[in-house]
Amino acid sequence: MSMPFYVSPEQVMADKAEFARKGIARGKSSLVLACDVGIVMMAENPSSLQKIGEIYDRIAFAGVGKFSEFDQLRKIGVRFADTKGYAYSRDDVRGRSLANAYSQAVGDAFTQQMKPLEIAIVVAEVGDDSLIGHENNAIYRVQFDGSISDHEGYCVIGGDADDLMDFLRTEFRPDMPLGDAVGLGRTALQRSADGELSVGPDNLEVCLLERDRAGRKFVRLASDRIRELLGE
Amino acid sequence: MQFDAKYRGASFAELLDVDYPYLRPDWTDLSAGFDPALVPHGTTVLGFKYQEGVVIAGDRLATAGHRVAARHMEKVYATDDHSLIAIAGAAGPAIEMARLMRIELEHYEKIEGEPLELEGKANKLSQMIRQNMPAAMQGFMVVPLFAGYDLRRHVGRLWGYDMTGGRYEELDYEATGSGGLYAKESLKKTHKKDATRQESLAMAVMALVDASDEDRATGGPDLVRGIFPIVNFCTRNGIDRATEAEIEQVYRSLLAERTTQNGRGAQ
Repeated sequence: MSMPFYVSPEQVMADKAEFARKGIARGKSSLVLACDVGIVMMAENPSSLQKIGEIYDRIAFAGVGKFSEFDQLRKIGVRFADTKGYAYSRDDVRGRSLANAYSQAVGDAFTQQMKPLEIAIVVAEVGDDSLIGHENNAIYRVQFDGSISDHEGYCVIGGDADDLMDFLRTEFRPDMPLGDAVGLGRTALQRSADGELSVGPDNLEVCLLERDRAGRKFVRLASDRIRELLGE
Repeated sequence: MQFDAKYRGASFAELLDVDYPYLRPDWTDLSAGFDPALVPHGTTVLGFKYQEGVVIAGDRLATAGHRVAARHMEKVYATDDHSLIAIAGAAGPAIEMARLMRIELEHYEKIEGEPLELEGKANKLSQMIRQNMPAAMQGFMVVPLFAGYDLRRHVGRLWGYDMTGGRYEELDYEATGSGGLYAKESLKKTHKKDATRQESLAMAVMALVDASDEDRATGGPDLVRGIFPIVNFCTRNGIDRATEAEIEQVYRSLLAERTTQNGRGAQ
């Protein structure tokens, strides 16, 4: 009878993390920026398979990495939010609770499954002045191992996320006009495109959580609108 | 939140049935012999086509047997930006159906990334009514109207249903609920498809007043309390609800007209 080799838990975790990191870094970045009218979410994405999606009235989702995996997470989030809103009220559906649930689920998958999820996601929630205690925006990032962090103003996932975060740390200004925010997002995404001017209205996916819109605040911007915002 | 949830489709009602059955009350166990008249019922709703799309309207009264259960009931609900449901029948299950319908359409759109066609929405409602059939057999009947603006065909559309979920697309007008017959008789005389918004408002108010005149369970405009019917217009640009002031004006001129025509104001 053969004995299985002993592998230390540290080694297992390190291997899994490296595997997931590689998978995520291969893809392109997605980013989230707060601006004067709400929160804008952007990804370089020439395909019709969307990386950004609506979750609930004030909440949206952005994912990077393996499409099938983050898209499944998006759908799980929609089911979570709709069920909660149905059982309680629409105002009871909150970004933090969703981000925590994601963190638990992704963390469990990381420890229990052979293959970790090759994803990173952002949950963005636009503030609502009529909801006391929830007037401010909230941006949460959940990594492949379930680690969760909250971010003020901006956040990047996937690709050269660290480099882009550094770039935004110096360039980001609170309450930028929407056009400036989209321009800044484009410049940031451009950084990982090897300096070529290749990120434009035709391969940008841009969605907006619009603070002053009633009810469902999520809007997907058409390429004409993106062109207009970029001043092209 | 779970990865091992069983349901993977795009329907919210099915999601509840499969993964959250405790959130879906089962009306089939209601003991026979319970008097359905004890629960509030919504009474009259109507819909018709007009120049720019479709109108859908309802009175505000809910009745339980001979008793007024609610004076301000809302019977017309937007199910999304371009469709509406108007409910009649047992109020509890009917309101639940309208609410579920709204979430269903939103849920589908979010999961699939694009909305259902108007026809698909109307069909979904059919299934919901069919599911309510066991409860309907015990007196908790829900018979809604569904209307919307078909953005692909550029036309307002209207559907009536029966208690088995039978779905009938109406070309002109339809009404349902206890006073539905009278509302329909009124619309039969007044309806014209190319009516303007203002003319349509007058037709809708007149039909509801006629229904409340003949059917005691239907509430007409209440000038004492300032309660007016709900009249919604659904066009290419979305849904637009007539203001109470507009309705009051139309109602007052209808009253004046009927009073002068016949000394006692009765017909």
